[in-house]
Amino acid sequence: MTISESQVGPISEGGMFGKPVPRIDGRLKVTGAACYPSDTPMEDTAHAYLVTSAIARGKIKAFHLEDAKAVDGVLDILTWENMKGKVRSVRFFAGGGYASSTIMPMSSSKIWHAGQIIAVVIAESFEAAREAAYKVGVDYAVNKPKAGFDESRPQPRPMTNPLTRSDPATGDAEKAFAAAPVKIEAYYSTPTQHHNAIELFSTTCVWSGDQLTIYEPSQYVHGLKNGVARQLGIKPDKVRIISPFVGGGFGGKAALTARTAFIALAAQRLNRPVKLVATRKQAYTVSNFRAETQHLIKLGAESNGQLTSLSHEGWEVSSRPDEYKVAGTETTAVLYACPNIATRVNVIHADRSTPGFMRSPAEVPYIFAIESAMDELAVALHMDPVELRRINDTQINPITDAPYSSRALMTCYDTAAKAFGWASRNPVPGSMTDGDWLIGWGCATSCYPTNVAPAEAKVTLAPNGSVRVQSAGHDIGTGAYTALAITAAEFLGVPLERVSVELGDSTLPPAPVAGGSNATASICNAVADACKELRHRLVTAAVASNGPMHGLDRDMITFSDGQLRAPDGQSETLMAASARLGFGPIEAHAKYMPEIASKTIKLVGNAMLGKGLPIMASGTSAGDHIQYAFGAEFVEVRVHRRTREIRAPRIVGAFAAGRIISPTTARSQLMGGLIWGISAALHEATEMDHRFARYVNDDLAEYMVPVNADIQDVEVIFVPEDDTKVNALGIKGLGELGNVGTNAAVANAVYHATGQRIRDLPIRLENLL
Amino acid sequence: MKAFTYERAVSPAAAAQAAAHLPGSKFIAGGTNLLDLMKLQIETPTHLIDVNGLALDRIEATPEGGLRIGALVRNTDLAADARVRRDYGLLSRALLSGASGQLRNKATTAGNLLQRARCPYFYDTDQLCNKRHPGSGCAALGGFSRQHAVVGVSDSCIASHPSDMAVAMRALDAIVETVLPDGSTRSIPIAELHRLPGDTPHIETTLGAGELIVAVTLPKPIGGKHIYRKVRDRASYAFALVSVAVIVQADGSGRVAVGGVAPKPWRVEAAEARLPEGAKAVTDELLAGAAPTRENAYKLTLVERTLRAVLAEAGSQP
Repeated sequence: MTISESQVGPISEGGMFGKPVPRIDGRLKVTGAACYPSDTPMEDTAHAYLVTSAIARGKIKAFHLEDAKAVDGVLDILTWENMKGKVRSVRFFAGGGYASSTIMPMSSSKIWHAGQIIAVVIAESFEAAREAAYKVGVDYAVNKPKAGFDESRPQPRPMTNPLTRSDPATGDAEKAFAAAPVKIEAYYSTPTQHHNAIELFSTTCVWSGDQLTIYEPSQYVHGLKNGVARQLGIKPDKVRIISPFVGGGFGGKAALTARTAFIALAAQRLNRPVKLVATRKQAYTVSNFRAETQHLIKLGAESNGQLTSLSHEGWEVSSRPDEYKVAGTETTAVLYACPNIATRVNVIHADRSTPGFMRSPAEVPYIFAIESAMDELAVALHMDPVELRRINDTQINPITDAPYSSRALMTCYDTAAKAFGWASRNPVPGSMTDGDWLIGWGCATSCYPTNVAPAEAKVTLAPNGSVRVQSAGHDIGTGAYTALAITAAEFLGVPLERVSVELGDSTLPPAPVAGGSNATASICNAVADACKELRHRLVTAAVASNGPMHGLDRDMITFSDGQLRAPDGQSETLMAASARLGFGPIEAHAKYMPEIASKTIKLVGNAMLGKGLPIMASGTSAGDHIQYAFGAEFVEVRVHRRTREIRAPRIVGAFAAGRIISPTTARSQLMGGLIWGISAALHEATEMDHRFARYVNDDLAEYMVPVNADIQDVEVIFVPEDDTKVNALGIKGLGELGNVGTNAAVANAVYHATGQRIRDLPIRLENLL
Repeated sequence: MKAFTYERAVSPAAAAQAAAHLPGSKFIAGGTNLLDLMKLQIETPTHLIDVNGLALDRIEATPEGGLRIGALVRNTDLAADARVRRDYGLLSRALLSGASGQLRNKATTAGNLLQRARCPYFYDTDQLCNKRHPGSGCAALGGFSRQHAVVGVSDSCIASHPSDMAVAMRALDAIVETVLPDGSTRSIPIAELHRLPGDTPHIETTLGAGELIVAVTLPKPIGGKHIYRKVRDRASYAFALVSVAVIVQADGSGRVAVGGVAPKPWRVEAAEARLPEGAKAVTDELLAGAAPTRENAYKLTLVERTLRAVLAEAGSQP
């Protein structure tokens, strides 16, 4: 695997920004010392095991619990009969609340989806709980379920309604399409997918009097705390969430799931700690997932390649009660210059659990559709696909005319194309071969809105010169610990090893959900603000009448190597300056409010953050501009001439994502995204038995993700970008940027290798036989 | 997991006798398949007879010039054996294409032959399955069946046999040696070890109650080019969509066995006679009477194409 050197330097000479340093929590992780929530040692723990529904739609007529209760060690069994009314409903996360779904298992006998929690068995051991769970007898009244899309393609509806905010549009796309000399019209689809984080969904609850402590991997500890408190009818300050490490989240651990309240109630009933680690199979239905989508794209262009019409209609599957949709048309409508744009998003309700966030929720399926169609248009125009993007590149939102704060898409294309060797591509499908392997080269655009959220952080300088950063943010494997340590080291001029970072505890200053790629941009700015406050106080001490820099211009004083330094060569350690400010540590608590926040967010953002509600300023409408990170991805696939096996041995991505704080972990994020993109294009799908609305490959043996042998050269290139409109530090989040364009790049490469256009993911060899 | 009792066997005959006397007992060796199934309560033995101490872990030359492979020889060791690599390359390649390094370190020769189906409906205890509950029905029929068998199937079961090793052994005409509860021994040609599902898919082999596999014997090497080609959804650690094992002789004659397409390692000697006519002729004969589903019909084409690729690699056909 090759990795290009970072081209983005530090913010100041000798500073820490942009320096590749190892993950500061890396040693803890590779030695097994990192304590994930379910690892926490605890006395006298009882173990819970979930019983889930065998049917997708209907109701429970009766339970038969005698055999289960007779298992040695069984302590308690929760069902709707003893849980009814015990858990209060809270609002849906996507509607500004807490819950990942408004379906409330065990509140009645109703079954909304297969795999719904219908009972919780608690026993002295995991084995006893599991055996008893297998012995829970259930009589169902079964209704025939609807699993999702029907066999036929969904039919488009005319897009002639007045414009709505949720369906971006401009001009008359239908008329322009009819008149266009070159046209593409095609359906695309993406399958159901699950996060499959290595760490399973666990919850351990401990009561101490009326104080509840919950150990649970979470992407939003303040949301979890407040949501559970409301469900249980207790004060939020009586609940503490501890989640210092998260073994993969990807959106699956962002919002409150039903399991937590039941484990809390079980612990209360038994007056002892109760631990649940849901199984891999249960992970497919106790949290959310990426719903299957369909798309109809119509592109019209002049023969010189200029787009004249773009329409994108999407269909998404959701549960019966929840109107969840990712509506990526918000992004596909502003991707290219085009005078006539129409979009619409439709939701199909089925007997399924409620879908939700999964890495780049909106962009992954919608960009696959539009970027496949762009490749088809390039083929129809006999034009290089990179040139087609160049012709239609835009620096403004084509619907509102608002400018992009910065947009280096074509620099990304040119950089990645050069590294990939694109110039030597023969555009004729099937023309490039290596023995029995057909070689295909494809590319696509990647993009992700630069979202920023209110965030708080506390930074403390101890008398011994060490620095402590505290925020209820989350490191879900992304490198947040490292990026925040780098930020404090940068601003206080201390060596990185003097900085410690605490995250993932709801008693820390509130921070936003680790989602929407906002965390680094938001929390680093909060840490920077706190550090600036400390600097101000230290400088004040240094230039005070009893300080060594008395009389000097405070603006000339810099921080490096643990010292305050004056231009005349004088210096003083942070410790010495701090001592003059009084005995003990000095601390600063910053409340960062995004520069792009709307008036409303500025007014209520901090209060909402404190209540654990989802609050974020979106890059899709940042006041007078829009703000996105961009990338270009180039993939080589090889398709065996006879067996049609598909491999993707080489991928290059160039990304412009503002200031790169921590190049090592940023690169890791983008590499992971590219690899996941290959996975989604060629491997991943949660298969459904439509007769029963039930998943059939819900384990890691049958849900395909790539193994090491599938992934070879992965190259990540950072394109330098300076954009302080997005936020003071100029950070564009990139956690979700990497896997956005990959699906289409792979599909486009498969077309180039074979001449076969596959519009339904994943692309499997039988599609090419 | 259901509670069970456990004993260490002291001899093959004693193990066989104990198993015959205790209905509901199972032999355990590597445990790579059985333990998973027990955790899911798909297998619910009341008694486990651990055969790991039976010293059946040697590979020895036979007087006839072949090899006798102990039932407990681990897949890793078998694949790495110099004699196997030299004279039975097909077997080594098939083994190395299966599972993962960790699993191959534990999995045994006999256990590999006896591993159970990977049908998702067999694994989902909320679904109907004639292997788990004879006579209850087969949910795979009419369900998600992309990976299932296309030939040798019945209205009761369409699960495929997951082993790679067994496909190679079928092509090599291996003989399975067993010990019966009365202490007598039996030799079973591998072609006769696995049964087709018919109306009784829960009866997967011709082994009798308590009968214990102690060795697999390979006949004298037959030379030729050995190729094992496994086509799957990723480069490693996946079951075969289709696998093709061939031994091709200089005169163009040879043997062909296929995996991933049938409830047992699949070989039709009459098909091999048509090798000179090419891959299509062989495949037509090999898969005659196939009854694919809509989702796995591609396997018919894939077998032919993979065989074509393999014959080209062997240099016997363009």
